[in-house]
Amino acid sequence: MADEGFEFPIDRTQVMLFARSLLDIRPEFSEPGDPATKALGGIVIPPTFVQCSAHWDPDYFLDLTRPRKGTAPRHRGDGPEGGGGGVARGLHAEQHYEYHHPVHVGDTLTVTSRPGERWEKQGRRGGKLLFSESITEYRNQDGVLCVTARSIGVQTERAVDQ
Amino acid sequence: MALKVGDTHEAVVIENVNRTHVVKYAGASGDFNPLHHDDTVATGNAGYPSVFAHGMFSMGLTARMLTDWLGAASLKKYGVRFTRQVWPGDTLTSKAEVVSIADGLATIRVWTENQKGETVVEGEAVAPAS
Repeated sequence: MADEGFEFPIDRTQVMLFARSLLDIRPEFSEPGDPATKALGGIVIPPTFVQCSAHWDPDYFLDLTRPRKGTAPRHRGDGPEGGGGGVARGLHAEQHYEYHHPVHVGDTLTVTSRPGERWEKQGRRGGKLLFSESITEYRNQDGVLCVTARSIGVQTERAVDQ
Repeated sequence: MALKVGDTHEAVVIENVNRTHVVKYAGASGDFNPLHHDDTVATGNAGYPSVFAHGMFSMGLTARMLTDWLGAASLKKYGVRFTRQVWPGDTLTSKAEVVSIADGLATIRVWTENQKGETVVEGEAVAPAS
């Protein structure tokens, strides 16, 4: 079942910090006055930037020290780290994006996620593998679907030896 | 730029990954899974030899190779499988090859190798061919 979603404001500093963490100094991700940025209608986001929505996700559980009102969220059972095996056994297996519409600094995206398929496989080194898929949609303030993300997580029975 | 089937591109996207790189990615992305920054957790019950980088760090660095090559807002699709962990000390080279072009869109095989030539992510991107 899809959740009701949360708002994800696209902030210039966050885009700069994210680009910088990937050693990316392209002007389109940080400099509004650069001709290359102007040609794109303003600062745009790197291809994997929507991951930063984690900061705004009230149910995000891989931020155990975040101050919260009430009790900390638990695994939802979907997505890369879901499936009930605990943080230490959850690994990200695949990530896929489709880009439908540009996202610019100043946009406010609404983020909704729903669980996808689940399946099991016998691993060569890690014992039984439980895969689970999560589909996340990012819509802008005009309701336009901008990005669809499909994330596949895997739970292993023991640490992956590689 | 006009892409043709068989076109290739590659770039060293990071040299000598260290814990500061990984911590900066954690802070920026919001993924504070302690396996990526806390050696006590990574080497304890989890059983890893040390912390390792987020898969999304490798995917993001690989994306940088693509946007540096094709343009900041060039991608229509981008997806990868995470095939191997990236450890402190690794140096990563991202590679791309245009495998087909249809309806004005190029399908590009994408992968990133560590300094041993082992693939750490592999997948596909779609971008306008011209």
